[in-house]
Amino acid sequence: MEGEKRKPRTIQAVLRIPFEMAMGPTWARFFDGLKEEKILGTRCKECKRVLVPARPFCARCFEPMEEWLEVAQEGTIISWSYVNYTYFGVTEEMIPIVPAQIRLDGTDNAWGGRIGGFDIKDLELVNRKVKVGGRVRAVWRKEKTGSLDDLQYWEPI
Amino acid sequence: MIGTGQTKHGRRDDLSYPEMVREAVKAALEDAGITPDDIDAVVFGSMPSMMEGVALNHLYFAEALRAVGKPILRSETCGSTGQSIAHTGIYWVASGMADIVLVVGSEKQHEGDAQATMMTIPEPFLVRIVGGAPAVFSMQAREYMGHFKIDEQKAREAAAIISVDCHNGGFLNPYAHIKVQVTKEDVMRARIITYPVRLWDVCPSSDGACAVVLASERKAKRLCKRPAWIKGMGFRGEEYFSGDSSKAVWRSAIEAAKEAYGQAGITEPRREIDVAEVYNPFTYQELVLLECLGFCPHGEAPDYVIKGVFSPGGELPCNPSGGVLCTNPIGAAGLIRLAEAAMQVTGKAGPHQVEGAKVAFSHAMGGAEQFNAVTIVGSEL
Repeated sequence: MEGEKRKPRTIQAVLRIPFEMAMGPTWARFFDGLKEEKILGTRCKECKRVLVPARPFCARCFEPMEEWLEVAQEGTIISWSYVNYTYFGVTEEMIPIVPAQIRLDGTDNAWGGRIGGFDIKDLELVNRKVKVGGRVRAVWRKEKTGSLDDLQYWEPI
Repeated sequence: MIGTGQTKHGRRDDLSYPEMVREAVKAALEDAGITPDDIDAVVFGSMPSMMEGVALNHLYFAEALRAVGKPILRSETCGSTGQSIAHTGIYWVASGMADIVLVVGSEKQHEGDAQATMMTIPEPFLVRIVGGAPAVFSMQAREYMGHFKIDEQKAREAAAIISVDCHNGGFLNPYAHIKVQVTKEDVMRARIITYPVRLWDVCPSSDGACAVVLASERKAKRLCKRPAWIKGMGFRGEEYFSGDSSKAVWRSAIEAAKEAYGQAGITEPRREIDVAEVYNPFTYQELVLLECLGFCPHGEAPDYVIKGVFSPGGELPCNPSGGVLCTNPIGAAGLIRLAEAAMQVTGKAGPHQVEGAKVAFSHAMGGAEQFNAVTIVGSEL
């Protein structure tokens, strides 16, 4: 235990397991949309909620969500943070990161993303520009991969 | 509940994982005054056991859990695992299919990369947890402060008070991991981890295990002078997509508590409960929980905390053990809350005993704010 000088005997092990996961038709179409700089949501015919990313079925009504819409690329910040520590896969040069939950106009849920477009190393500046209730717009990457990476960051308006 | 046992929590590379599990099981059996043969069934849980590099660790622990020749179940709900396994055990006894059930939760966070494993909890293409668990819960804090327009300095002061109280509690608790006393100023000026959360607002990574022994009413009366009686329990889940529902007015916490209060006949939680063990890996999250668990009105937790309502000697002392903030073997942490609650109502909490506690509340939350679980115990049936 802590304080003991003798080094504990240990065995080292590493595991690498590749996976190939089926997206299903709804999420495939959603990611195809990102390639074209479109954010696609689906609407539930029962509760009328519009959710992003698009959903195959409604969590509340359990009905298929088959009505597709392209939603706005601007929205309102519901929450944000300022990540200032390193962890698995994230090194010193990658921090700080400003993650946020954003409700896009015309949708009924908050969607995770990251804030950028200015010097986010400056916490004072972040605190001035990023507010709950503040507005942001999507900024796209030039090279698209059909993944969440296509959305580079959300820029405060 | 007729017995509880905990390991010393902290960095436990002095023992292999099964040996550490055995330490908690042995302590619980001794506390209950029973032999392994008395156990009818075993329930076990941990975080995804890949955290420690073994895919199904309850197989590895069969001997340590005394599960040979007995039925065994595994339950797993991320942070709320400890409460889920207790509920599984309670269902088992309540069904009449077992008289005595051993429930064990454990974690050995130092043997792997906990943040790496936790990043595999969501699928990799739709949901990305940027900033790991600290960022998830910092964002909940920010959503809460934004929703109720809570002054940031006030929230920061309240969070600091929670941290000071917990670290004082952990300092007294012989099983706790972090044994450092801090001042309000230390907490408020500490390094930012995931803003607004600072170093002393965050739980540690711990190794440790907890075991409890559940018994039917008949067996409990025969075997134990002072059992802790299960008075009520509740569990609620939310959507996988955390942004689909509010985490400031946290429905799963509200409903889980409401169900447990209904069963326990509690109408005014703050007055009727003597001590609470609220799962608090992050100080700010405790503010949200104090409201959603019904301890104070929505939007007012910082005021109540600053007034000392939840501090030692206050109307409803919270986390006298030091809470998850000082001790965080995740798979055990929710069960430790229940064990500590039982220790309080049976007068066995030692240096952090709340004098005369008769009704105690325990809680855990899990996932990216997806689950909440509550179990209430009392000194009288």
